[in-house]
Amino acid sequence: MDYIWVFVTGGIICVIAQVIMDKTKLLPAHVLVLFVTSGVILTAVGIYPKIVEFGKAGATVPLIGFGYSLAKGVIEAVDAQGLMGAFSGGVTSTATGISAAVFFGYIASVFSHSKSKK
Amino acid sequence: MNHKKLGKQTIFFKQPPTILETASIVGPKEGEGPLASYFDKVECDDTCGEKTFEKAEEYFSYQCVRLLMEKSKVKKDEVDYYIGGDLLNQIISTNATAKKIQIPFYGIYGACSTFAEGMHLACYIIAGEFADHIIISASSHFSSAERQYRSPLESGVQRKMSAQWTVTGAGSIMLSKGYKAPYITHVTTGIVQDYGIKDANNMGTAMAPAAVETIIAHFKDTGYKPTDYDLIITGDLGTVGKSIAIDILTQEGYDVRNRFTDCGVEIFDDTQDTHARGSGAGCSAVVFSGYLYQKLQRNEINTILFIPTGALLSPTTSLQGDSIPTIAHAVTIENYPKLGRKEVH
Repeated sequence: MDYIWVFVTGGIICVIAQVIMDKTKLLPAHVLVLFVTSGVILTAVGIYPKIVEFGKAGATVPLIGFGYSLAKGVIEAVDAQGLMGAFSGGVTSTATGISAAVFFGYIASVFSHSKSKK
Repeated sequence: MNHKKLGKQTIFFKQPPTILETASIVGPKEGEGPLASYFDKVECDDTCGEKTFEKAEEYFSYQCVRLLMEKSKVKKDEVDYYIGGDLLNQIISTNATAKKIQIPFYGIYGACSTFAEGMHLACYIIAGEFADHIIISASSHFSSAERQYRSPLESGVQRKMSAQWTVTGAGSIMLSKGYKAPYITHVTTGIVQDYGIKDANNMGTAMAPAAVETIIAHFKDTGYKPTDYDLIITGDLGTVGKSIAIDILTQEGYDVRNRFTDCGVEIFDDTQDTHARGSGAGCSAVVFSGYLYQKLQRNEINTILFIPTGALLSPTTSLQGDSIPTIAHAVTIENYPKLGRKEVH
């Protein structure tokens, strides 16, 4: 049963992105920034952690989930170290994801080349 | 004097120059479109074996001019000037071509109206008896234009439905002192328009007012009517800009509906998923050099008003939020020069 909610949550988030791109003048880069910052804000006010509870990977994999990771990391670091945690918390909690992106991106660029669009 | 100035923007050539020959080379997508049979060459692959898309565009541009010289049988020493441009920063594709062909060169930039701008300037040079043969070329390439004006292909971004597909191709003509059809008989220079459109994904809407302004200026300067022309064809308004232009022209009293189309609309069809059809400096260049020139040679169309349109934005100021200034230049091409001339009985 869990898998269906994961599918539905992830799907709804992506549909929201598509509707924004189709119906407004915003570009993919705008949607990216919007999603990350929304993730931070929704986590700060306590809404997003509830969505993660039933959406699981469907809520953490999309970019809003990245904002959620950043915010969660900052909250935990500030609890542990005080205000300096605001600077260190975000990067440490997303470090795995960022490193993986850089590493796999590099590997992909070694083995593939940009092709013409049809 | 070989010419007469009509109004503020139009020049009429009493001894009009001849379009001696043309050449057009396009990429595979254009080669799958409705005008495929009219182009001299369709490359099977738009990288042309080169490492970058920019080098591929240089290849298109150079091969097109080389083919033009072969077809026209005019030797390099007999060509007085080469005038050309493209969409890339610093018009590098054309600069590279000029380096290879070693003919006295003027590089020009009018965005997608470059081809018409080149035709205008070449007409003045020939009318002033400064030259007997001039080569004009314009080129563009989808992938290099996307990288520069929007996003590189590697980003994998979705294209908006109002976005137009930059034509991959180069078109060129040999303009010579007039002695046979088809002739360039009139040119109307555009004035830059800006109606506040900021969206680089919606150039058709931005360029429509410029096309309308130049078309109306042409008719007001000359006193001609839309029915004097077999075909009125703009450069790359695309489907969106074309319908806007027809609406405004009809409102202003110029009914162009049954003789009006657009190079960007004609070069692709709806099965090719381009969204708003074609655009690019190469668009008007290849459609004229391939399709329109053959129609003229076969006498299937005898009088054309050709209006390439250009969106004069810079990628930098566009990102800074500035609106897009646009321009359109009109060229009258006639097989049997009649407009503005008294009948000789």
